[in-house]
Amino acid sequence: MRIILNNTEEEISANRLTISELLKYKNFTFRLLVIKINGKLVKREDYDAAVVRDGDHVVVMHLVSGG
Amino acid sequence: MQRNVEEILRIHTVGIAGCGGLGSNCAVALARIGIGHLVLADFDVVEPGNLNRQYYFLDQIGQKKVQALKSNILRINPCLRIDTYPVMLDPDTIRDIFKKCDVIVEAFDRKEMKHMIAETVLMHMPHIPLVMGSGLAGWGHSELLAVRRSGDLYVCGDEASETSDQLPPLAPRVGIVANMQANVVLEILMGREE
Repeated sequence: MRIILNNTEEEISANRLTISELLKYKNFTFRLLVIKINGKLVKREDYDAAVVRDGDHVVVMHLVSGG
Repeated sequence: MQRNVEEILRIHTVGIAGCGGLGSNCAVALARIGIGHLVLADFDVVEPGNLNRQYYFLDQIGQKKVQALKSNILRINPCLRIDTYPVMLDPDTIRDIFKKCDVIVEAFDRKEMKHMIAETVLMHMPHIPLVMGSGLAGWGHSELLAVRRSGDLYVCGDEASETSDQLPPLAPRVGIVANMQANVVLEILMGREE
């Protein structure tokens, strides 16, 4: 499938992935993220259930401590 | 007829969630440009270690941050309305305290708190833009500090440099990100008038 991940087109060798699988696939190791699929927030407890499909826009933002 | 900048800013309300390095500097920038109403929330008191980056003074050590910040802001502009909440924020208090804000600035220290306010605002207050700070530790690398937007969510910083003993938060980089947040707030408020 082709998705837009953080404004960049990505070819992914799977027809569908959960958010948890996508994070593993892309090696996102940050512990706290804000993730949206097509503009809609995916809550942290839904990462195993939320599915990314062909054509989806996914945004991953990283939260780190400091302020 | 188009209203002038000061007139537009005066009628808006901005919430500041956390009054540490990001929140105190961002609030002062917003006060200087004349945002009419600021809502400040932080449970903490001013400590000596805060003075390397936060907008407080030596003689304010021990004071509640929201009170000290309010008095500093009123020295800049006594006409502003400043509401103070010396409380530890959680999903319920966030929804209550900031419900009438035009924009909310996330200015927490800990990432768990940043995540909590992001979920709270995006799920329960989706009509209010949220301007976050993430990644500001250390020094140099000004070119890595950026603003990323997704809908009404904005994240300012490098999204990578986390504070630690080796990489403390220091005035220059914290100040840049705090002022980037203020600049995004300004952009949002002015954009509404176009």
